[in-house]
Amino acid sequence: MRSIEQNLENFKQAGIHPVAISVDSPETSRDLSQDQGYTFPILSDPGAEVARRYDLVHVGAGANGGNIARPAEFLIDTTGTVRWLNLTDNYWVRARPEEILEVAQSLK
Amino acid sequence: MNVRRINWPLWVGFLLTLAAFMTYVSVFVYFPVTRDFPWANLLIFAVAAVFLIMGLRRGFASDRPRPTRSKVVASIVSVLSVAVFGFFIFVFFIGGRSLPASDRAPQVGERAPEFSLPDTTGKQVSLTHLLSTPVNGLAPKGVLLIFYRGYW
Repeated sequence: MRSIEQNLENFKQAGIHPVAISVDSPETSRDLSQDQGYTFPILSDPGAEVARRYDLVHVGAGANGGNIARPAEFLIDTTGTVRWLNLTDNYWVRARPEEILEVAQSLK
Repeated sequence: MNVRRINWPLWVGFLLTLAAFMTYVSVFVYFPVTRDFPWANLLIFAVAAVFLIMGLRRGFASDRPRPTRSKVVASIVSVLSVAVFGFFIFVFFIGGRSLPASDRAPQVGERAPEFSLPDTTGKQVSLTHLLSTPVNGLAPKGVLLIFYRGYW
């Protein structure tokens, strides 16, 4: 997310809206945004309902055994079609922004 | 306190081991090169190991003023250091990989499921809406959706 914020201008120039989603409440996400200086939207999916639709639920991995989303990134074009995705197999390893921007440049 | 009595390589090794463990999350995770594979941390662990081996040899040397205590301390500190290293390997290489398979996640060419969720101000934001919201005053080309584990 830090690397997305650092490249936010590049994403915007490519016509891309970066949007983050987690199970955190809007208040917690707001604190995170303020602490880290994130300026893109962070959406709140407290019941992991949207994570379930994307088959990303990591059962019992949250605080107090709650369900959370596993890390994942999707690039979606204006027709609502997935054009690129990254399902990391190690949560310490994340997609690099350069890789995403390269695909983003090819979107019409 | 006589300098000869302090097993300094042992303690330097132990402190470096703790530093190698803690600096991943506090420092190196912020740089993709040292985050995606913990080179920097493994290097610090390796340097720590050199000091610990020196410390063990010193602890078991025959000229120690209190030989039994020296051996016990060197042994305990070394075992603790190995445990810290083992825990680091576990957290990164095994803990990090315990993720669901997500076999039914939408693939390239498939439709992204619609959603409508509140943002940090409580305003509802939907995928459809984002896909028609201008970026820098121009027609958008897409949305980058980032699911993350949460801040707790």
